[in-house]
Amino acid sequence: MWLLLPKGVKGMLQLKGIYKIFHEGTPDEKIALQNINLTLQKGDFVTIIGSNGAGKSTLMNLISGVLFPDEGTISINGQDVTMMPEYVRSRYIGRVFQDPMAGTAPNMTIEENLAMAYARRQKRTLRRGVTKKRRDDFREALSTLHLGLENRLQTKVGLLSGGERQALSLLMATFTEPDILLLDEHTAALDPARAELVTHLTKEIVARYQLTTLMVTHHMQQAIDLGNRLIMMDKGQIILEVDEHEKKSLTVEKLLAEFRRIRGEQLASDRAVLS
Amino acid sequence: MLTAITGAIESGIIYAIMALGVYLSFRILDFPDLTVDGSFVTGAAVAATLIVSGVHPLVATCLALFVGFIAGCMTGLLHTMGKINSLLSGILMMIALYSINLRIMGRSNVPLLNQETIFTNVQEWGTKIGLEPAVAKTWGILLSMTLLVLLFKWFTDWFLQTEIGLAIRATGDNPRMIRSFSANTNLLIVLGLGLSNAMVAFSGALIAQYGAFADVGMGIGMIIIGLASVIIGEAIFGTKTIARATFAVIGGAIIYRIVVSLALRAQFLETGDVKLITACIVILALVVPQMVRHQREKKYKEEKRRERAQAFVAAAAERGEGDVAVKRNL
Repeated sequence: MWLLLPKGVKGMLQLKGIYKIFHEGTPDEKIALQNINLTLQKGDFVTIIGSNGAGKSTLMNLISGVLFPDEGTISINGQDVTMMPEYVRSRYIGRVFQDPMAGTAPNMTIEENLAMAYARRQKRTLRRGVTKKRRDDFREALSTLHLGLENRLQTKVGLLSGGERQALSLLMATFTEPDILLLDEHTAALDPARAELVTHLTKEIVARYQLTTLMVTHHMQQAIDLGNRLIMMDKGQIILEVDEHEKKSLTVEKLLAEFRRIRGEQLASDRAVLS
Repeated sequence: MLTAITGAIESGIIYAIMALGVYLSFRILDFPDLTVDGSFVTGAAVAATLIVSGVHPLVATCLALFVGFIAGCMTGLLHTMGKINSLLSGILMMIALYSINLRIMGRSNVPLLNQETIFTNVQEWGTKIGLEPAVAKTWGILLSMTLLVLLFKWFTDWFLQTEIGLAIRATGDNPRMIRSFSANTNLLIVLGLGLSNAMVAFSGALIAQYGAFADVGMGIGMIIIGLASVIIGEAIFGTKTIARATFAVIGGAIIYRIVVSLALRAQFLETGDVKLITACIVILALVVPQMVRHQREKKYKEEKRRERAQAFVAAAAERGEGDVAVKRNL
């Protein structure tokens, strides 16, 4: 049946029957993901919640190509990318990590970092990385962060605070308008005020570029506030999918009740998740 | 004395090209590449053998550069494709190159006396424009080598600002990040090590012509000499920008040569002690900054502690002597 549908309807990101097993055949064997099926339409903003070990990060690593699935297929914009290496695939994928240190090169300047992000779309050549024209573009892009970074283009990124670095990472991941944006608990390592700032920026940037986004979070309220869809994972499976309509009336209490109903048990760390 | 210094500056400038190569692998790629010990000799061996068999010295030197590039790429491939630890892949390549160098030369030492080299060429041009042979030799070498090393410096500065160069720098700084920006870090490591060893081999080819021989043992400890140049230069001239850092490396290489040649003038030291002196310089350069930092930190903590103690006593005095007295009695 789906064969008859036009290409666009298949979704921007499509995961089909994904399995991932770590240390297979050893006593440490762990089924990280089993039978994951998920489709994101263009412009969808899906938040993923789940306790530790639910497989959220593994899912992110499979989509970005850091890991490869044991079974199943992944396609981006209709193109099968299941076994495409990370450095090829990342042309289409913007990613922000949990660790604010992970998304930027500390010994390089802000403008050099932006130039590297800028160069992702085409093949890198012997063109100058930071040109006058690009510098103006960078300044303009940085000004949307409202952090004053546009006046510190030649500052080494290692001298920025964690919040500033994460905001810069977010900008670098998004300003080339990737097909898919992956946010891996990108506010979890920040203090509440900075987490609030980065969350706000995320909302703004995703809306501005209409990015198809997948965001992992530990924070239930954040998962409810952001995005148009929500999925809950547990023990390597998607156990709950909340669509756009249902999500509007969703609360933390409802989510927890739903989890109990499905699993017949208390969420392992109610308190941790609620915090 | 003066001749010793001039000689030190001349060879320092030539070794600076090697130091730039070490800077590229060690600092930019964060890859401790021991291939250098082998590829330096490879450059010398290729150039010397070709010159002896009648090839124009300029062509021979350029071929040495190319062969060095290949050697560096091999180390990169061992590390990236073979997934061998970075130190080990360098050592493996160094050992392999030892035999290869012997094969290239056919024996352990190729003399270049009375052969046409880049330096005799320079001297000829000098005398042609009417300089005295001795003057033409000293100043010709100094000037031409300075131009050459500046050319390499300019290339390095330029290259590290290009899109590919930025990606190589990021590979050394944060590989995970640059992979997420669609850069093939494996390819960049291979390319970076290739360029690094190309410079090293080029330097080796020039040293062979400068000293009028190529010897299979001339590369022993070369990585440490390169490292010493990088560390000394960085400590003295700073590393604020790439252009500054590459300038520092060149300066470091020259200063290192001067230090060694002055040290060797001491009566009790012999030529064979050079490597020991080098090792000591590098060890000092690595250890002293740590000790200084540690001392500074300790002093700062001590001061803070004293301040806190004083504040506590003052606060206690305000609350009334009684409390303090009681505490003292306990």
